[in-house]
Amino acid sequence: MKKSIISMFAIAVTTSLMVSCGGPKSKSDRGAIAGNAAEKVYVAPGEHDSHYAFISGGFSGQLAVYGLPSGRLFRVIPVFSQDPEKGYGYSEETKPMLMTSHGLIPWGDSHHPDISQTEGSVDGRWVFINENNTPRIARISLKTFETEEIIEIPNSAGNHSSSFVTENTEYVVAGTRFAVPFPQRDMPISEMKGNFKGALTFIKVDQEHGHMDIAFQLRMPGFNYDLSHPGRGKSHGWFFFSTYNTEESNTLMEVNASQNDKDFIAAINWKKIEEYVANGGGTKIPAKYAHNTWNDDEHTAKTVMEDEVLVIEPSEVPGAIFFLPTAKSPHGCDIDPTGEYIIGNGKLAAQMTIHSFTKMLKAIEDKAFDGDAYGIPIIKFDAVNYGTLDQPGLGPLHTEFDTRGNGYTTFFISSEVVKWNIKDLKIIDRHPVYYSVGHLMIPGGNSRTPDDKYLVAMNKITKDRYLPTGPEVCQSAQLFDISGEKMELLLDFPTIGEPHYAAGIAAEKIEGNTTKIFKLDENTHPYRVTNEAETKVVREGNNVHIYMSMIRSHFSPDNIEGVKVGDKVYFHVTNLEQDYDVPHGISMIGANTSELLIMPGRTTTFTWEPKAVGVWPFYCTDFCSALHQEMQGYVRVSAKGSNTPLKYTLDGDVPGEDEEL
Amino acid sequence: MKAKHLILSAVLITALVSCNNEATEEVANEAATETTAESTNEDHGQAGVAAVEGEDPNALQLAMSMDDFSTLVVAVKAAGVQDALVNAGPLTVFAPLNTAFDKLPEGTVETLLKPESKADLSFILVNHVAPANYPMKQLKKEAKKGRKLYMASGKYLEVEYKDGKVFVGGTEVLQSVKVSNGWVHVIDDVLVPAE
Repeated sequence: MKKSIISMFAIAVTTSLMVSCGGPKSKSDRGAIAGNAAEKVYVAPGEHDSHYAFISGGFSGQLAVYGLPSGRLFRVIPVFSQDPEKGYGYSEETKPMLMTSHGLIPWGDSHHPDISQTEGSVDGRWVFINENNTPRIARISLKTFETEEIIEIPNSAGNHSSSFVTENTEYVVAGTRFAVPFPQRDMPISEMKGNFKGALTFIKVDQEHGHMDIAFQLRMPGFNYDLSHPGRGKSHGWFFFSTYNTEESNTLMEVNASQNDKDFIAAINWKKIEEYVANGGGTKIPAKYAHNTWNDDEHTAKTVMEDEVLVIEPSEVPGAIFFLPTAKSPHGCDIDPTGEYIIGNGKLAAQMTIHSFTKMLKAIEDKAFDGDAYGIPIIKFDAVNYGTLDQPGLGPLHTEFDTRGNGYTTFFISSEVVKWNIKDLKIIDRHPVYYSVGHLMIPGGNSRTPDDKYLVAMNKITKDRYLPTGPEVCQSAQLFDISGEKMELLLDFPTIGEPHYAAGIAAEKIEGNTTKIFKLDENTHPYRVTNEAETKVVREGNNVHIYMSMIRSHFSPDNIEGVKVGDKVYFHVTNLEQDYDVPHGISMIGANTSELLIMPGRTTTFTWEPKAVGVWPFYCTDFCSALHQEMQGYVRVSAKGSNTPLKYTLDGDVPGEDEEL
Repeated sequence: MKAKHLILSAVLITALVSCNNEATEEVANEAATETTAESTNEDHGQAGVAAVEGEDPNALQLAMSMDDFSTLVVAVKAAGVQDALVNAGPLTVFAPLNTAFDKLPEGTVETLLKPESKADLSFILVNHVAPANYPMKQLKKEAKKGRKLYMASGKYLEVEYKDGKVFVGGTEVLQSVKVSNGWVHVIDDVLVPAE
């Protein structure tokens, strides 16, 4: 132990020298100006980027869409957090998307986006992303770039080793970071060891609509499950999860979870378990979790509260689960494009562990085990290990791949990306990043077919890289060209929240499929209108429902009287436009709930409970047309109990009653 | 396409929204091809944005898809006002048929199409465009309430409603077509401002 600390200290000194030599004042990090980097990232006005990058917003709970190589931000897709810009999580229709077994949770911590795959290649149908804090998995449509579904994961806590998909998107997985009582119960924390468990959840994905359903949960030993990736090609049918805290400690984890020299990568033969489940295996136990789905015809989300889940004990399916010893608290658990190499990045280790899938199968056949952990066989290290990459840098976290047999690994402590050859276990190139990189992303870099021109490194700390903006400065992404032998830094660009991880894909796989408008004649929202003649105001007790329309450049109706203090007014607003890129917005003075941004053909609702008498205006918030500033109206609010009659008009007439014209 | 087929076209274009009618896709595609062809190799204005399948064409795309507006289209291009017919608007366009241009004194069109007449031509054309949303029903209402239409030329256009017919600047509105950025009303006279 003492020896290794000394050697680590030596590396730390070397590294800090390296960083100080390559600091922002020197030329070496100015590749973007020095070479032709500017040309490589310049996307001329009106031209399109070649790739989409979906970069997690981390603690913002959202997912941001950027273009590569320009680094331009196109859109922030609200997923796990309310978004006032779009009214997501505020409008009546979208509130159910944020519902959980704990009630409505207005924020989330989004982590690992992963694009759906077909035959081992990213296919551009959906992006999945996990919420870490209140365990959930979301599915985002790459037609509408909107969140279509969120499923909560029961018996899990800190949903971190998620949301990675198998090579035909058969499953998306969710592994728990925290070991917890499974199911939850009141018990002393100190009795954790052996009593807490770790849930690894396999969620089946319907291939036509993408709908998710929990197929089964594995009740694994109470370790922390950190990251995961599917087998591919030859190892398709297996899933690999890194673990830490095999010590099963529950306090001062930074010390107590780092006692064992090796933790494990759990290898799960999900095909075998799937077969067991198909034959009636497993036990259904009570579990409460929300399943939220969005419907594009009703323009409305609904929540179904599920009440049970199928649980499998590892002992029920012998030969399906094994532990691969892996150097000290591995973080990333990455599988190369051939499916042969399983790479564990021991974030505290001075080496990286590379296991061989072929050797693993042989070891299982030969029963080359070194005991077991809670009945799960531990394969002998030498029997499964292909080799180690020694002294690659400090704090290895994540690896992605090119098609030329190379891995690219991030090092948090030494702030660099290292390119190495997997077969030869030789380092080819290293490049500093600014600063403290977490994940990296190569479009399709976790599939059988990486699209390996670009690499994006995502940094947690930027310090002096941008104009300062007070104590909080942006986190960043850095774009590299990896088409040559050496990595070339092309561009820095700031990101929203924390750019935790990303997924990338060639633009051509998505751009032709995007939705332009929602068709009015397919709108089945119960409060829709399809033309102005249908607009009206209906009183039901203290509830007033306004069936309102918007079109360039007016609302119908735009004069409403007879609303009273104490009423709850529902603005059900339909955008009658059927023209691409003509949304309208609406906001009402004093509305405590939401403003709305409504796409063509869509109906959305907000509520307003007027507190005072008067004549109160509303207006369009999105600059929709030349007469946007004229797109406005009034609601007259009378005293509670007053007898002002209900009246609604447009240009002096009741909508639909001027048809003789 | 002939003027009498306009009703049919209007129907087809409406059908486009509801059922992706093949014939109307052609209309949209034709228009798109023409506009893109025109803007090759250089920055195009909004007029060059390709039509979206399943959507109504915009005012310019509609005009370009019909033979009866060929003179109007030539004039719009000569005046360089294409982008004014494709923007978010809302727009109401009173579109003169080819026969309307034929009614002008001999040589007028030729003169207007000369480069030195560009400003005059542009002024005449934008005098046919109201930056507002006036479907037929609203035009009748404008007439009934005695309100004039404010045109993009800065001039006001009088609307009348008599014997079940709508007249603008004294000429009858023959047909109406809903387009993605407003309305196209077909007329058989050119609305030449007094000066």
